Amino acid sequence: MSVFIIRRLLQALVVIFLMSLIVFAGINIVGDPVDLLISPEADQAEIEATIRRLGLDRPWHEQYGYFLLNAFKGDLGNSFIFAEPALKLILQRMPATLELAFAAMLIAVVFGIPLGMYAGLKPDSTTSKTIMAGSILGFSLPTFWVGLMLIMVFAVMLGWLPSTGRGDTTELLGIQVSFLTWDGIQHLILPAFNLALFKMSLVIRLARAGTKEVALQDYIKFARAKGLSSRRVVLVHVAKNIMIPVVTVLGLELGGVIAFAVVTETVFAWPGMGKLLIDSIQLLDRPVVVAYLLITVFMFILINLVVDILYSILDPRVRLKDVKA
Amino acid sequence: MKILKHVTTVVAALLLAVAGAASAKNLTIGLASEPTAIDPHFHNLTPNNSLLGHLFNALVLQDENQNLIPGLAVSWRAIDDTTWEFKLRQGVKFHDGSPFTADDVIFTFGRAPDVEGSPSSFGIYTKGKEVVKIDDHTIHIKTERPYPLMPNDVSTIMIISEEKGRGAKTPDYNSGKAAVGTGPFKFVEYVPGDRIVFERNESYWGSKPEWTRVTFKSIKSGPSRVAALLAGDVDIIEQTPTVDIERLKKDPKLSLSQGISNRVIYLHMDQFREESPFVKAKDGGKMKNPLLDARVRRAISKAVHRDAIVDRVMEGIAVKAGQLLPEGFFGRSPKLSPEPYDPAGAKALLAEAGVGDGFKLTIHGPNDRYINDAKIAEAVGQMLTRIGIDTEVVTMPRSVYFKRASRGAEGGQPEFSFILVGWGSGTGEASSPLKSLLHTYDKERGFGPSNRGRHSDPEVDRLIEDALATVNDAKRQDLLAKATELAIGRNQGIIPLHYQVNTWAAKKGIKYRARTDERTVAYGVYTE
Repeated sequence: MSVFIIRRLLQALVVIFLMSLIVFAGINIVGDPVDLLISPEADQAEIEATIRRLGLDRPWHEQYGYFLLNAFKGDLGNSFIFAEPALKLILQRMPATLELAFAAMLIAVVFGIPLGMYAGLKPDSTTSKTIMAGSILGFSLPTFWVGLMLIMVFAVMLGWLPSTGRGDTTELLGIQVSFLTWDGIQHLILPAFNLALFKMSLVIRLARAGTKEVALQDYIKFARAKGLSSRRVVLVHVAKNIMIPVVTVLGLELGGVIAFAVVTETVFAWPGMGKLLIDSIQLLDRPVVVAYLLITVFMFILINLVVDILYSILDPRVRLKDVKA
Repeated sequence: MKILKHVTTVVAALLLAVAGAASAKNLTIGLASEPTAIDPHFHNLTPNNSLLGHLFNALVLQDENQNLIPGLAVSWRAIDDTTWEFKLRQGVKFHDGSPFTADDVIFTFGRAPDVEGSPSSFGIYTKGKEVVKIDDHTIHIKTERPYPLMPNDVSTIMIISEEKGRGAKTPDYNSGKAAVGTGPFKFVEYVPGDRIVFERNESYWGSKPEWTRVTFKSIKSGPSRVAALLAGDVDIIEQTPTVDIERLKKDPKLSLSQGISNRVIYLHMDQFREESPFVKAKDGGKMKNPLLDARVRRAISKAVHRDAIVDRVMEGIAVKAGQLLPEGFFGRSPKLSPEPYDPAGAKALLAEAGVGDGFKLTIHGPNDRYINDAKIAEAVGQMLTRIGIDTEVVTMPRSVYFKRASRGAEGGQPEFSFILVGWGSGTGEASSPLKSLLHTYDKERGFGPSNRGRHSDPEVDRLIEDALATVNDAKRQDLLAKATELAIGRNQGIIPLHYQVNTWAAKKGIKYRARTDERTVAYGVYTE
């Protein structure tokens, strides 16, 4: 197992290196932020001075070399816009995004799995058909539209929940979290639900398909024949066996939710990393974008690793040394 | 972060005590952009300058129409050609209770151009100026040459406390430790990306604002900003999307405040290349750049139906333009009015210039910078096609557009032939656009930095330079007006389209004194 993990981490390094190269070169082709940052009243000398100050007068491979050198020392560069370390900016906003992502995943699992299993066990009932129709909507409606509709209905028309922002936060283990205050939870509900909707639909579909398949297996028939209560059959025998695809997909999706909650964060003005990323892309704040994507790649690799390990726990037939990653 | 939290807790506790005593009036403002720091000298750009005007004062302030009014200086005058004298306000105290004196001004002018990592420095305003302390409440600012824009330049530099500012870096301001000014509000809290909170400065030297506590939230997405207002989460928003304005006007729970801005939207044409990259003959072959001919430029101006752009594209929320600044601004020419729509006259002018059959042209513009920018470019494209100039429209995000438009071609030259741009006069008078857009491009002397069409006329240059060295207001007004008449009226160096009108939307009973500089400030918000 340790060999497996080491090999995975080495592969990760290569991926991260390639990623940094692609992002760096890519943004360079798009342009630089000088014209967006500088006051329109600035004269040519001032513009040139700014270009020099940001190091943008050097050829890009030289800039990249400089970046790599510093990256090895753990310094991913300073934001062009905030003049603060890019890593610090990202980490500062990470708790807000993690909170949102986990809340969304929780909603997706808590609602998605029971609904999906129900639809799988009783595929012909009206309720199941309604659930499945709902999941199609959850798939196909664009996130930003759903977000705005949620705001319109629950914030503007009904006035039950706040429309945007994060609300009160309290400190928990040195991190600012909002789920400990009522105001914070109120702010969290709409964006978390918005983010969860797609995942929930996905979970419903996976759980339904899995349940339908598993329900026909011999061991389920045997369990029933043995006279186990149908509650036990469903909750233990079926539920456990549909988990592998659900865990795989959720693992991958979790990374996606954390790294790219951009749309939801923008619509709800949620002060997380996604909003930072989209702002940085719009302003071509290269150090932040590069650092962000590096962190993202690293996170995906880590999550995949955890998923592989989870497999072996959920399904004893899987042995990690057999997984040629 | 630790320090920030402590400061926040203490201030919050204090605040509760204060709020309990006085009747608290809270205001929440939804901003369209996000300031990048609490340091008043870190980033010279509107969102920052607008926000930090709450905490800090300059010697000279700009009112909502960008007229210069006394700030931390009570009066100013040019005592000779190269020296300006500023009399400082007596008895002003910083938020920490320490007195404001000439030393703070000198310290500020030393720091403003020299902030580590600044993406847009204030050096452009302090360059070539020497600040001398005469006594505690008098300073002289000396320049090498006569410098009439001194009060305008001084109005951009916000004064910080020497005591708190010594050795302080941008993070010290962001944490609130050094964010000590003389302004109408005091720092409470700054959570990047989420909110900025200020409370009223009860010992402010000027008229006290209505609001005891102000929260700024940055909500970049237009529809979300409107929704936040409708939901009651914010009290007032800026940059109301034009498509929503009609509907919001009818909403009995809201009130709108509108005002013209100092920003002119205009077209710039390649006036320096014999062969321009985006001008082609009708058959697609090469041709001599027709935009070099003032008659062709005038024809384009005549072909643009400004009323249609204002009514249709801008939904009535804009004012058509004939020069660089709308009415009421210094340096404007009384003689220039918007060019009337005249397609027949345009065709005649094209024929006179020898391109009666028309040509092919591409208009480039941004699609996320000005109100409805891409739609304006499309409208202009159609109007030109109607008089025989087959116009293709290409728009792109500003992050790509501005670099290419300014220095995208070989040798740092502008890349495009025909562009849509906007210009807001930071100084609030005509020398700013004249100097930047219409003076001959001159890198050494800093003229024409945004002259992306490279318009060049020695007569115009001389008038602008004379104006910039004439301290007498009446004479300067004449010179600026004359320069504008030649550069636009005669040369058609640029084609003005319209002035932007900005709309603030607020809850019923809350109004905003619309500012020409497009800033959103809590001290401009009032209840009816």
